[in-house]
Amino acid sequence: MFKKLAIGVAFALALTPVASIAAGDGEQHIEDFHFSFEGPFGTFDQHQLQRGLQIYTEVCAACHGLRYVPLRDLTALGYSDEQVIAYAADNFEVFDPELDDFRPAIPTDHFPINNGVGAPDLSLMAKARAGFHGPYGLGINQLVKGMGGAEYIASLLHGYTGHEKEEAGAVLYENTAFPGGWISMAPPLSDEQVEFTDGHENTVDAMSQDVAAFLMWAAEPKMMDRKNAGFVGVIFLTVLSVLLYLVNKRLWAPIKGRKH
Amino acid sequence: MSGIPHDHYEPKTNGEKWLNSRLPIVGLLYDTLMIPTPKNLNWWWIWGIVLAFCLALQIVTGIVLVMHYTPHVDLAFASIEHIMRNVNGGYMLRYIHMNGASLFFVAVYIHIFRGLFYGSYKAPREITWIVGMLIYLMMMGTAFMGYVLPWGQMSFWGATVITGLFGAIPFVGDAIQTWLLGGPAVDNATLNRFFSLHYLLPFVIAALVIVHIWAFHTTGNNNPTGVEVRRTSKADAQKDTLPFWPYFVIKDVFALAVILVVFWAIVGYMPNYLGHPDNYIEANPLVTPAHIVPEWYFLPFYAILRAFTGEVWVVQFASFVTGGIVDAKFFGVLAMFGAIVAMALAPWLDTSTVRSGTYRPMFKWWFYLLIIDFFALMWLGAMPAEEPYASFSLIASAYWFAYFFVILPILGVIEKPELPPETIEEDFNAHYGKADADATPAE
Repeated sequence: MFKKLAIGVAFALALTPVASIAAGDGEQHIEDFHFSFEGPFGTFDQHQLQRGLQIYTEVCAACHGLRYVPLRDLTALGYSDEQVIAYAADNFEVFDPELDDFRPAIPTDHFPINNGVGAPDLSLMAKARAGFHGPYGLGINQLVKGMGGAEYIASLLHGYTGHEKEEAGAVLYENTAFPGGWISMAPPLSDEQVEFTDGHENTVDAMSQDVAAFLMWAAEPKMMDRKNAGFVGVIFLTVLSVLLYLVNKRLWAPIKGRKH
Repeated sequence: MSGIPHDHYEPKTNGEKWLNSRLPIVGLLYDTLMIPTPKNLNWWWIWGIVLAFCLALQIVTGIVLVMHYTPHVDLAFASIEHIMRNVNGGYMLRYIHMNGASLFFVAVYIHIFRGLFYGSYKAPREITWIVGMLIYLMMMGTAFMGYVLPWGQMSFWGATVITGLFGAIPFVGDAIQTWLLGGPAVDNATLNRFFSLHYLLPFVIAALVIVHIWAFHTTGNNNPTGVEVRRTSKADAQKDTLPFWPYFVIKDVFALAVILVVFWAIVGYMPNYLGHPDNYIEANPLVTPAHIVPEWYFLPFYAILRAFTGEVWVVQFASFVTGGIVDAKFFGVLAMFGAIVAMALAPWLDTSTVRSGTYRPMFKWWFYLLIIDFFALMWLGAMPAEEPYASFSLIASAYWFAYFFVILPILGVIEKPELPPETIEEDFNAHYGKADADATPAE
């Protein structure tokens, strides 16, 4: 893939100043939202993930599936085992080949597959899209902004302009975040569509970000563990490097004389 | 083993003598580890260790990943998600393996360009160089097949495009392509054989690495001056060299640790930066991605492949001369592989009597231009096949070939090289000063 540190070294300095010019050609507009899980120390906001799950369940799940996400993983959102059992049973039915019939879902099931109307599965959507590609398609700005998968989803959800057109018998909706500008998904969210028990803000803008955060979790549930491992490893290796530097210096000292 | 004169292992106890007269393995390890190494090696010489580490890392993580992976078109993508979500530490294993491939290629490119600058390919190290090129080719094959295994969109379409290259071979191309794929298109048979070969090739690489090391332990390492170690006596050799252990092992491991800080930060904080988002979409033969882009380490050669279109006069000429057998597509394939063959032929194309680029005033600039050319090709390989990128690609590809087939042969004749130092010792002392006491290497 083109995004590479070495090209970065060679081209970043030369090309970055013109990035703003290159970006303004009327293509996709991805807003750089601030998410709590960004950066080396960013963490998922459990309240936001819970709101996102609620939006997913009440809105997205009508057409989309999350086939790779096990329901049992929802305990990571701060729910108890009992709550997960209740959530699974209340919201989803799965086909059980042993019963040869549908039954209420249990935590060991995954979110159901749902692609009846051609809606893509959302399990990995936050990793399957990159919000930022610049400058010049080099993707160097991802070093600063991140890949932008969640930003893409949030931008898409509130990127509807309200214009529609009909093409080959299908209605397309204009969307500033979608490649090409026209998407076949009708605007899924409207203000105050979902009621949160804690009365949290439920504008399209706020809900877009909540569901985007939830889908980021769905795509990368181990993100916090990974960052922890990254932190511990970097510290450990840095200390090891310093020790090895000192050993190496001492080892070579008698070989390298003082320069006269 | 012939080579630079040095101390050899002497079995002392009865047990050691007993083993040594039956299997001289301790002596072999001793000679390998204590190999006299030019003491003026600079930091560009650390990448060999990094490469050895990468191979071990990829084999170890790969073996564990295989325990959880399923090579079947219906299950492969899901089994990757199983690794990412359910396997203990699976997300780290996979991200390390994924990014380990990138570290591997970063290291091999620096290693290759170090060899190109310091003339490491020149006599008597041609075999080391050729074996190295074979390893590099095997690495590319392994990486390519490994990228197919997750069975994402870019896996599938990358495999379709790259195996399609073999279809460009005149007369037998289609038959070869079908044979490679195990069918008319990329499918389960392809995935299975790629999985099998992806597991096999790293062990072939490991064997070639042993040959690579054996070869340069016979000729001795090159070094920044390109001046050979004095072999007249053990005492002379010791003035130019230090044993590999501990001096270079510690130095290299220190460098490796620093590199791993960066590597680990990428794995921990931005593991998908070098990947392609489309590969998180399961392979779908009915949907072609908007842009099919290979991994970054293939981009320079991908740019060369695409540079030679039917509008280029060289291509038209080749087509005319061969009566249409060499068409634009086949020409591109030949150019891509030719670009690697050109590198492999460097020992015979470089006519200069001086080995190290440090002492070649004109060569230096052409070499630096080659580095820029390499990065330019890498960038162009990621750009769409349209103007102005197509013209740039053609110019950059032309320079790649010109460097090896025109500039290297001519420079050796017209360039007036500077005088390298007499000995490695002289070079070392000029840099670091003479040691205070006549220090002897630690045993």
